[in-house]
Amino acid sequence: MSAMETTPYALPDSDAEHEQLQKTWGPRRGPFSWFSQIDHRTIGRRFIVTAFVWFGLGGLLAALMRIQLAKPNNTFLSADQYNQIFTMHGTTMMFLFAVPVMEAVAIYIIPLMLGTRGLAFPRATAYAYYMFLFGGTMLYVAFFLNMAPDAGWFNYVPLSAPQFSPGKRIDIWAQLVNFTEISALTVAVEIIVTIFKQRAPGMSINRMPLYVWSMLVTAFMIVFAMPAVMVASNYIGLDRLVGTHFFNKAEGGDVLLWQHLFWFFGHPEVYIIFIPALGMVSTIITVFCRRKIFGYTAMVLSLVATAFIGFGLWVHHMFATGLPQSGQSYFTAASMMIAVPSGVQIFCWIATIAMGKPEFRPPLMFVLGFVAIFVLGGLTGVMLAAVPLNLQLHDTFFVVAHLHYVLIGGAVFPLLGALFFWFPKMTGRLMNERWGHISFWLTFAGFNVTFFPQHKLGLVGMPRRIYTYLPETGWGPLNLLSTIGAGILALGVLCFVVNALYSMKRGAIAGSNPWHAPTLEWATTSPPPHYNFLHLPTVSSTEPLWDHPENAPVVTGLALKKREVLITRLFDAEPDHLYLYPGTTPWAFLSAVATGGMFVALLFTPWALPIGVAIATTTLLCWFWPSSPRDEGEAPEQP
Amino acid sequence: MTFVTFFAGSGIQSALEPAGAHAARIGRLWDVFLIISAVVWLLVMIALFIALARRKREETPDGAARARTTVSIATAITLVTLAALLVASVLTGRAIADHAPPGTIQLKVTGKQWWWQVEYDDPDKSKRFTDANEIHIPVGVPVNIQLHSSDVIHSFWIPNLNGKQDLIPGHDGSIQLQATRPGIYRGQCAEFCGLQHAKMALWVHAMTQSDYANWLTAARQPSKIPSTPEQRKGEEVFMSSPCPLCHTIQGTDAGGKTGPDLTHFAGRRSIAAGTWPNRRGYLAGWIVDPQHIKPGSQMPPMLLDEGQLQPLLAYLESLQ
Amino acid sequence: MRARNLIVFAAVIVALSSCEREERRFREMPSAAARRNTERLVTLVPGPYTPDVRVRNPYEHNAFAISEGKRLFTWYNCVGCHANGGGGMGPPLMDEQWIYGSDPENIFATIVEGRPNGMPSFRGKIPEYQVWQLVAFVQSLSGNVPKDAANGRNDDMQVHKQEQSQPDLIPERQPATHP
Repeated sequence: MSAMETTPYALPDSDAEHEQLQKTWGPRRGPFSWFSQIDHRTIGRRFIVTAFVWFGLGGLLAALMRIQLAKPNNTFLSADQYNQIFTMHGTTMMFLFAVPVMEAVAIYIIPLMLGTRGLAFPRATAYAYYMFLFGGTMLYVAFFLNMAPDAGWFNYVPLSAPQFSPGKRIDIWAQLVNFTEISALTVAVEIIVTIFKQRAPGMSINRMPLYVWSMLVTAFMIVFAMPAVMVASNYIGLDRLVGTHFFNKAEGGDVLLWQHLFWFFGHPEVYIIFIPALGMVSTIITVFCRRKIFGYTAMVLSLVATAFIGFGLWVHHMFATGLPQSGQSYFTAASMMIAVPSGVQIFCWIATIAMGKPEFRPPLMFVLGFVAIFVLGGLTGVMLAAVPLNLQLHDTFFVVAHLHYVLIGGAVFPLLGALFFWFPKMTGRLMNERWGHISFWLTFAGFNVTFFPQHKLGLVGMPRRIYTYLPETGWGPLNLLSTIGAGILALGVLCFVVNALYSMKRGAIAGSNPWHAPTLEWATTSPPPHYNFLHLPTVSSTEPLWDHPENAPVVTGLALKKREVLITRLFDAEPDHLYLYPGTTPWAFLSAVATGGMFVALLFTPWALPIGVAIATTTLLCWFWPSSPRDEGEAPEQP
Repeated sequence: MTFVTFFAGSGIQSALEPAGAHAARIGRLWDVFLIISAVVWLLVMIALFIALARRKREETPDGAARARTTVSIATAITLVTLAALLVASVLTGRAIADHAPPGTIQLKVTGKQWWWQVEYDDPDKSKRFTDANEIHIPVGVPVNIQLHSSDVIHSFWIPNLNGKQDLIPGHDGSIQLQATRPGIYRGQCAEFCGLQHAKMALWVHAMTQSDYANWLTAARQPSKIPSTPEQRKGEEVFMSSPCPLCHTIQGTDAGGKTGPDLTHFAGRRSIAAGTWPNRRGYLAGWIVDPQHIKPGSQMPPMLLDEGQLQPLLAYLESLQ
Repeated sequence: MRARNLIVFAAVIVALSSCEREERRFREMPSAAARRNTERLVTLVPGPYTPDVRVRNPYEHNAFAISEGKRLFTWYNCVGCHANGGGGMGPPLMDEQWIYGSDPENIFATIVEGRPNGMPSFRGKIPEYQVWQLVAFVQSLSGNVPKDAANGRNDDMQVHKQEQSQPDLIPERQPATHP
């Protein structure tokens, strides 16, 4: 193994161990092996690719909307088509792209960054992936059958209640939420457990990389926020399928209940998307400024503070519903104060850049673009937090501009940078830097041309979610500009995707650590072997690979013929015990098929529930049926 | 500077050209926020550029300490700025939320898919009347508007006069308008309310007090009795068609409540909730094929021949 | 191979059925829907049996049309006499007893022509496609449309079944106490 020699933490003469571990951790051969894969790199890769497929479709829908709005009284799309398309765009981007892709990157990267051999509960990872895949597929099949949801991604009642939305369109939306949230919650639990219990020895909680911190915070936010929207989607599902009255004012229900439940999820959702991106930014700045991050503790506390405050501002989506003054003031204050932790992080990054030696390579370019865009988006966020301004700006194109500034600027730019950065780790090859720069400048320019004019459009009265407008409103020229910008933006994203696809086959060979990065994922080959690390690394700082790792101790003694992982303690990451990792199984896939089938059948009949639960329980029994560990009888090697 | 001029907008449906007491206060708050935000953004960008362009020296403990101080100061400034903005926001919020003094004009606006019903209240029942998609208010007098919805959530928004307020079934709301200069302002439903959310607009006519008084007297009258034979024929067509099942014309037998009141239809600027100008050609198109202009609207197409359509149009145009 | 054909076939069926359920036709011309004026009210006919030509309501599988019918049922004040299907001054529409026939063409004729003893004729007052939408809704009241196309509850007070009501809320029949 030539690659072995280039990685730190590998003792010499370990080729035999490598062969055996490859066998132990590798996939089983067989006709259905594709469906029984559970290892985090395979699932993570599939997750990322699938999320980007939905991203592409959502982007196409956005392009259709921009064409429709390019001129007044346009008839490119009908009202019904437009309403379905904007609902699909929002739903796709929020439920099928933003959160899943952040989790997908974490599924791939987190175990490597922690120096462990796999993600906790690997079968559940596979289950989460298939639920996600089936949910998105259901939504798009429905779209092509002309039954896509059409009440917005926020799906307000009573418009989405049975009286005003006949047919199955809204039920599709509600069920999609169930699919994606089950997936998101499952992955969140895995991430929390992995981060808490599977860190490399010595990686105490104050030595965790900031990206790990950000995913830990995100996972906790998911655990607390997502149940609210699942409750809401099941309430509306019940109202529609069996005629309950959760949102029927005449029978004691309440339409504002929906908004509270939805935004109690919906606002933290924004930070669930944004906080992983903060971790990516910190990672990239550290690497490309060649300096450890300035103010590590402040950064961590900012992440945690953002998460806590993030749960206290959902009402700023509801200022126009006429809530009491004092309550509104509280939510205004909270919404403004969340700018403080974000500000602290920006200042720390600028300080890091100032004290480091920045190298202007594509990942850093994307991060710099992020700073410019995100600061602007944050400032418009402060404007929207002020009740009087909100009453003018709410539900106008100003908000459209704001949310794209914080979500594309705040999450997609760092994500593209991070993918460029981690691409060699995932594929073994580098992406083309010249095309990286080209795609950055195209997306950056296209993004600003698209969305900056929309601020003005909102101020001159253009509401959101309208499929057309009259010429005398004077909104035509700015809308045309915005549509042109969208074309440039799409071109930039296309360049990135083509660059990635091309580089996957033809890119320069990366080697284990092409960027000279400090974290553990770069301490193994690119792409990593099935077992991630031959000998588990140990850590004594936040930048282990910058501290002469050749001299660092390694963990040996894990069984070669069994899937053993090292469990460490919660705070100081001292080795605690060995844990036998489960083997590949098709039952995770089959459970997802059973659950998914139940969800789809539930669109039509409540009887799907008892029957579906019985089938799903059977598959779960098979999944959890205790099996004797493979290669039993082989004594584990002594350390 | 181009930045500031970019945000100096104008229009009949613009938050940047206030014509009302409330919108003016919000406009002033907007100026404060805009300027502070622009300055903050510029400062951050300048700091970023300095950081990128800085000639690197070897790191010293002294440098790290200076960075710590700088970051702390920047954070403190952020806090202070935000606190100031919060105070400004709350003060403006209180000012625009002050309730109307008694005796002001009371209106009731009901949002329907996809048009607005406007009812003018009066202690004297005989002086109450109903209008649609247009509101007339006197300049300088605060007008209280009760907001209701008869189906889904809508949002009432006249950007030149005030911010928006949702119309939520089961939750009554209200909003106050006080125009400061005469003019015609456009508003549009701001909460997604289904298929034709885009075509649910309304007009506000801010009139001088004397104009308003004249208008009010006229508006309280029942419809004009048709004067020409053609108009009389038109009335006949109207009454024998499906029209009266949904529309009311005060002073006639037509008393349907589900569509807009047509008593003074000819005085309106537009038809189909601000979609088309109220002129004969458009009106004919709307009556014969409304689903072409506004697909999904609740107005069904009318099968009328030429001998019926022209008199009907003449009759509708006589409803001053 | 056969399995794949079966799957494709099933997919096409699902596609077609869902299309009809979800389709939203907004621009119906007044004469778009077929109409017959010559329904029989009884099954007895003189002479040899002649098969009746059934008219299919173009909307009975369409969720949007049924919900439009529900709206019109209130707007044209059908509820004034029939309540929400339970009946009042007019006969109930939720049960299986039909005085003038339960086939779509019978209901259509009842609305357009009127019936003795109170059912007014809506001829010329309601465009035909709306009559068919009303017919679809009336059919749905008695469960004569596919379940997945029928509408859910409305946002208003509901008819409670006896067993769902709380005992103390059911007014008991008490003998008159006053003289």
